[in-house]
Amino acid sequence: MTIPIPASTTGFWAAAAMIAAIVLCSTTGEVLTAAAMKSLGDLDDIRAHSGLKGAIRAVLTCPLFFVGVGFLALAFFSLLLALNHLNLSLVAPASASLTLVTNAIAGKIFLKENVDRRRWTAAVLVCIGVYLLAH
Amino acid sequence: MILGLVAVCAPLGDTCLSRGMTKLPAITLAHPATLIAAVFTPWITFGIALLIGFFASYLTALSWADLTYVLPATAFGNVIVALLARFWLHEPISLERWAGIVLITVGVGFVAHGPSLTERPAIEGSATEGLALEGQSPARASEPAVRTAEELPR
Repeated sequence: MTIPIPASTTGFWAAAAMIAAIVLCSTTGEVLTAAAMKSLGDLDDIRAHSGLKGAIRAVLTCPLFFVGVGFLALAFFSLLLALNHLNLSLVAPASASLTLVTNAIAGKIFLKENVDRRRWTAAVLVCIGVYLLAH
Repeated sequence: MILGLVAVCAPLGDTCLSRGMTKLPAITLAHPATLIAAVFTPWITFGIALLIGFFASYLTALSWADLTYVLPATAFGNVIVALLARFWLHEPISLERWAGIVLITVGVGFVAHGPSLTERPAIEGSATEGLALEGQSPARASEPAVRTAEELPR
């Protein structure tokens, strides 16, 4: 997918770098959060055992969860930074759809998820769809 | 159910936030206190509550499903927003956007038909067993059957 050159004064590479920062931070954050939740096990089971408080405690005592949320916060701030320089109609669809694809790659490599052809197709379809929808 | 909550809460929360923030006068970094005051306006509070609901259900979904399964499913929220805008706010939807809606819907349908969790070797027993009901992984399910069929003649 080609990223159209933004109309504002920001150059192509600066825009690409800002979007790349969002995509990288949010992918790292999502993968770490997912890994944290997987390490806890099924939250519904935990809640059935030790109630809602127990489930919340389980999440809040997982260090990996906070690292993940930290990266998601970083992604949020880089989104704010990008919005300061670029149009929302460029940043939102570009980052959302690119994140889907990088997440599929990261999920396969780091979480060892079984990203079969079905999921690849879905990731690409949704990615193009998000882009069309928000563009 | 949980995935539906995720898909609905995130865009609705965002909409409430944007609705609340655009109504307020411009906030500058010179007066951070106005930002705190903004949190207590009804639209923003409601938006934040929705986003907390979104994050809680998102985390729950991640505890029993793969990231690559949850994300496309949650992207369906974009479609919901577009349809809400069309039928509730009567905004026109261009041909491009309809194409986007169709693509996302097809993509989500693709993932939803597959297994929700990668099957792992027995170590994580309890965590994956509950899912075996939903994760219709044909390869895994047929394996034992094939083996017993082979063993029988011997």
